[in-house]
Amino acid sequence: MRNLVILGGGTAGTITANKLRKKLPKSEWTVTVVDRDDAHRYQPGYLFLPFGMYQPDDVTKSRREYISDDIPLVYGDIDRVDPEAQTVTLMDGAVLPYDQLVIATGVTPRPDQTPGMDDEGSWYTDVFDFYTYEGATRLAEKLRTWQGGKLVVQVVEMPIKCPVAPLEFSFLAEAFFTERGLRDKVDITYVTPLSSAFTKPICSERFGHLLEDRGITLEPDFMIERVDTDSKALVSFDEREIPYDLLVTIPLNMGADYIARSGLGNELNLVPVDKHTLLSKKYDTIFALGDANDIPASKAGSVAHFEIEVFVENFLQHIAGRAMTGAFDGHANCFIETGYGKAMLIDFNYDVEPLPGRFPVAGVGPMSLLKETRLNHMGKLAFRWAYWNVLMPGRPMPISAEMSMAGKHMPADKVPVS
Amino acid sequence: MPVTTIDGHEIHVDDEGFMTVYDEWDETVGKSLAAAIGVEMTDEHWGPIRFLRQDFKSESVTPTLRRVSTVGGFDTKKLFELFPKKPAKKMAYIAGLPKPHGCV
Repeated sequence: MRNLVILGGGTAGTITANKLRKKLPKSEWTVTVVDRDDAHRYQPGYLFLPFGMYQPDDVTKSRREYISDDIPLVYGDIDRVDPEAQTVTLMDGAVLPYDQLVIATGVTPRPDQTPGMDDEGSWYTDVFDFYTYEGATRLAEKLRTWQGGKLVVQVVEMPIKCPVAPLEFSFLAEAFFTERGLRDKVDITYVTPLSSAFTKPICSERFGHLLEDRGITLEPDFMIERVDTDSKALVSFDEREIPYDLLVTIPLNMGADYIARSGLGNELNLVPVDKHTLLSKKYDTIFALGDANDIPASKAGSVAHFEIEVFVENFLQHIAGRAMTGAFDGHANCFIETGYGKAMLIDFNYDVEPLPGRFPVAGVGPMSLLKETRLNHMGKLAFRWAYWNVLMPGRPMPISAEMSMAGKHMPADKVPVS
Repeated sequence: MPVTTIDGHEIHVDDEGFMTVYDEWDETVGKSLAAAIGVEMTDEHWGPIRFLRQDFKSESVTPTLRRVSTVGGFDTKKLFELFPKKPAKKMAYIAGLPKPHGCV
């Protein structure tokens, strides 16, 4: 009997376990999932919690309920992986031997990595994150009574989970305060280490204009050195200062500490892998999926979904001793809430930046790419149902894992001159 | 890919002028590239540039500012003094490496 151990029962771990359990003969393979608790959070929903658009119950379900009954779910904190002995040791001393290991423990916001950020007296008083369940729910309480002032939305450093979420938060905040009649009392600044609103040029230009239209100030190229909680200001390495009354930060994102203890990670505890196969660069018994790896793609559930479509067939070839023939292309697909009941949609991969057009059917849509529409917003809301009922059980989604150019077009003024 | 000439050396660069062929660089080229963006190289400047070259050789990716600090051991504040305003980009440019890419 051979053992496949999957560390992490979130988006990537759950889909992988359910898909592979169906493909691997039960007489030959056990599949085991390890996680610290039974709470599976629908992380895209965190964006809606601060504004009261979702309630806490809307984002939490039991992991056990979504992992097939024939897959043991082991609860515990991971101490370390020994890649030579091929074992995983938990904090309670339990040892799980593996023949193949899938690391899918994601990334976690680390406010402790920026001096001053999580100081007692400030953290969850006037400095908040919204990428954790606690942060998003505490921020919801704060926003219910906040009467205005300087709101600063700030990204510490890339890569982060869901790179568009900080922009979405800014747009939703602008709409939230407008709808509450407080907009003239709130000054919103978007602070980023990037040179513009986003990483890719066409997208960046559109988001930049949207920020301008909404009266949100953009502060680019801001590499934060520390949060000065006495004067309530962000201080950058080049000694710029940005004052705040309410700071909503996206702290540095890092992989799990056991990855560092096991010697498997880079400086951010992300596992270096081949960007097309997700196989560890050091060990042919270890794959890292979803946010836990270092591929140059978005850390988003859609990336996990598309990469697993490719990974499953590759994995079957790999354990049969054959070369892996599938290649993940970096495909990502994200709705971007812009407030007032509208959203945008982007679809891109390693080589092609988000472009305008129609999606998923060329010329028909019904979704529009890089354009604010009500239908895109409805798509984002409907996705929660699809997440739990189609994606997590490992059922096929009607979108190809490989990005398609059908329906996409390069704006005329952006076509490269050859 | 465009080809340009720096101090008599022919080098391949991308649209933004970042070198694309690792072996076309040497420290003379680096010094000229630095001068082109107003940086006068001193011993202190060469430390991080040599780290970038060595790290790129093993990792095939231009290191981030965090990596230069945590793995290379260089103080980030100092890097901002040596390569003002955009140290990650300026260091990559001088080291003859591809522009550090965003992760999206």
